[in-house]
Amino acid sequence: MKTTDKIRQEAVESIRITGAEALMRSLEYHGVKTIFGYPGGAIMPVYDVLYDYPQIKHILVRHEQGATHAAEGFARASGEVGVCLVTSGPGATNTVTGISDAMIDSTPMIVIAGQVASSSLGMDAFQEVDLVGVTQPITKWSYQIRSAEDVAWAVARAYYIAKSGRPGPVVLDFTKNAQIDKTDYRPTKVDFVRGYIPEPQLEEECIVQAAQLINNAKCPLVLAGQGIELSGAQQEFQAFIQKADLPFGCTLHGLSVLPSDDVHNMGMLGMHGNLAPNVMTNECDVLIAVGMRFDDRVTGKLSTYAKQAKIIHFDIDPAEINKSVRVDVAVLGDCKKSLAAVTALLKQTRHDEWLKSFTPYINKEKEKVIEPELHPDTKELSMGEVINAVSDAVHHEAILVTDVGQNQMMAARYFKFSKPRSILTSGGAGTMGYGLPAAIGATFARPDRTVCLFTGDGGLQMNLQELGTIMEQKAPVKIILLNNNFLGNVRQWQAMFFNHHYSFTPMMNPDYQTLTSAYGIPSQRVTKRENLKEAIDLMLHTDGPFLLEACVIEEGNVLPMTPPGSSVNQMILEIK
Amino acid sequence: MDIKLYTLIVHSENFAGLLSQVTAVFTRQQLNIESLNVSASSIPGLHKYTITTYTDEETIAKVAKQIEKKIDVISANYFTDEQLFSYEVALYKLSMPEFLSDHAVLHIISQYNANLVEVNSVFSILVKSGTSEDITALYEELQKYKVVLQFVRSGRIAVTTSCYEKVSEFLEMREKQYCTRKIR
Repeated sequence: MKTTDKIRQEAVESIRITGAEALMRSLEYHGVKTIFGYPGGAIMPVYDVLYDYPQIKHILVRHEQGATHAAEGFARASGEVGVCLVTSGPGATNTVTGISDAMIDSTPMIVIAGQVASSSLGMDAFQEVDLVGVTQPITKWSYQIRSAEDVAWAVARAYYIAKSGRPGPVVLDFTKNAQIDKTDYRPTKVDFVRGYIPEPQLEEECIVQAAQLINNAKCPLVLAGQGIELSGAQQEFQAFIQKADLPFGCTLHGLSVLPSDDVHNMGMLGMHGNLAPNVMTNECDVLIAVGMRFDDRVTGKLSTYAKQAKIIHFDIDPAEINKSVRVDVAVLGDCKKSLAAVTALLKQTRHDEWLKSFTPYINKEKEKVIEPELHPDTKELSMGEVINAVSDAVHHEAILVTDVGQNQMMAARYFKFSKPRSILTSGGAGTMGYGLPAAIGATFARPDRTVCLFTGDGGLQMNLQELGTIMEQKAPVKIILLNNNFLGNVRQWQAMFFNHHYSFTPMMNPDYQTLTSAYGIPSQRVTKRENLKEAIDLMLHTDGPFLLEACVIEEGNVLPMTPPGSSVNQMILEIK
Repeated sequence: MDIKLYTLIVHSENFAGLLSQVTAVFTRQQLNIESLNVSASSIPGLHKYTITTYTDEETIAKVAKQIEKKIDVISANYFTDEQLFSYEVALYKLSMPEFLSDHAVLHIISQYNANLVEVNSVFSILVKSGTSEDITALYEELQKYKVVLQFVRSGRIAVTTSCYEKVSEFLEMREKQYCTRKIR
């Protein structure tokens, strides 16, 4: 016969759950509904719980790198934290590229990786790798869960760290014993870590100084970065721009901050950006950077960058201040608050003359670069005209996902935006293979929006296996393959800076239509201009995924270009 | 660029793996660490790192910010020698026959205020605390007599000469923020 104590003890035990279940409950508690993953030995207890856990939708990818980029795409399109679930060893190391990509592009992501049991750690056990050691330099936080009691706290802390302040990736290395052992589960929330200040407090003095500089500026120029979207400050940014009549250029990640046709929007900054904002960076008297980090692709040669200007830097991350460009006023804090505070002190101004002075550069770029790209005199299609036609067909309302290379720069230049959170691309890391899985992630984040992926023949093949995920999930990714039979960006550099030595950049391609048909994905190949619109319409009117293969000019170049090591205003408009 | 010796004082939570995160920042900035001392600090639960490196102010400022950015680092501040009172300890193992063969060695030891803590027929052990320069000077003096078998010096330890205790103030501020956050 059982004693009363024994019965009580059993009752207590019955509410105890395994670490694996605690993980699922914790994720659910934090609002996670979608995870991207791939099972394996060291994460099997978690997958066993997942088997009976319909609250969380698990997307089976075909490679762990795909899981990370899909989670990144999900996070960027939704504003939520992207979550990956992978096994130990190679499963875990396959996530490294995606983690570093998320780190440099400030994308909130949690990677949960299985790990061998605590007792086997350091024994060179099967599929053991020191994931925390490997990922510490490329994460906001990397933590090994060695006991089931830790799970709720670790997930709560991971969630808080990934999402707050300047977002970024977090790794949870989950030992097998901690997955199996039982623990008392209590929903846990973390919103305070004493050494971590996600959002510096605004300093009145800096707000006043920034406002004074802007009020006294004759030729101000704003650089709009992703930070504006990350803090949901689009309205504040618009009010700021309008009140002081400020022209702005966008970083790659900042392209959808305000609609492309906003009168103050002067286009993209940087190496392949638009001529006007790049030239005017070295003409303005006050340069106002908002939520951007003066990446070298934006600044060009630092020693000649905006030397004539007073520089104001709005950022949430103190480590970005004076990192590469010395600034006169640093406005630390969440730009949703800091922009509003500065705007309140701004005089209603107009800068008609200054705004007008952009026009000659806009016209020059139109004549020398944009018109020839959109209306080429070649028989073959140009990359720009394909992108432009797709953008028109979706009324500039789609989510643009790009891979990396010429397809990326061309899409950034010729795709237009009317809604926020509309550009998903690998900026800082430049990860080829990002596009296809990121686009899958975006379709789960925003099933209400069209997701257009522009990719090259190189990048598409870098995570080609994810066609399997698209097939299984019927993920409605509109894949626009700009096929030039080259690793185009490297080829362009070889042509420009390496005496046309096309060293291993020409590429033999498979028949992509046959390939996608094996995955049940409908497709269309376009080689002629007259068929382009019809093919795009077919793509957009087809439910689910579609491959549009556009065979484009083989040796097409992305122009204009600031050659590496040149000043921001020294853009090449044509290659003779 | 004015290159000089900077001392970076870091306080962090006592979590495994933080030391490598701190030193990794130096590696990325291509800086050599001259000395490194890590120990429990006077504040319960916090570890204190005292790191010296030769660099310019712009670089050390970046390093400090990059280190402070680590989630469980509480603070990272850099100082020049003028802003610190710093000390080191060194041990010198001396060969007894050489030691005894010349009275000058004993004279040097007393001149430098070093203490003999072990003496036997084979070797003796000398302890010296003081500035880095003093410790080096004593070593060089002893070397002239070919008496040194082993020599080791601790990393620099240092306290600031400012009246403000930055870390304590930071923690107080965070404590207040935590409490107001709870009330809200």
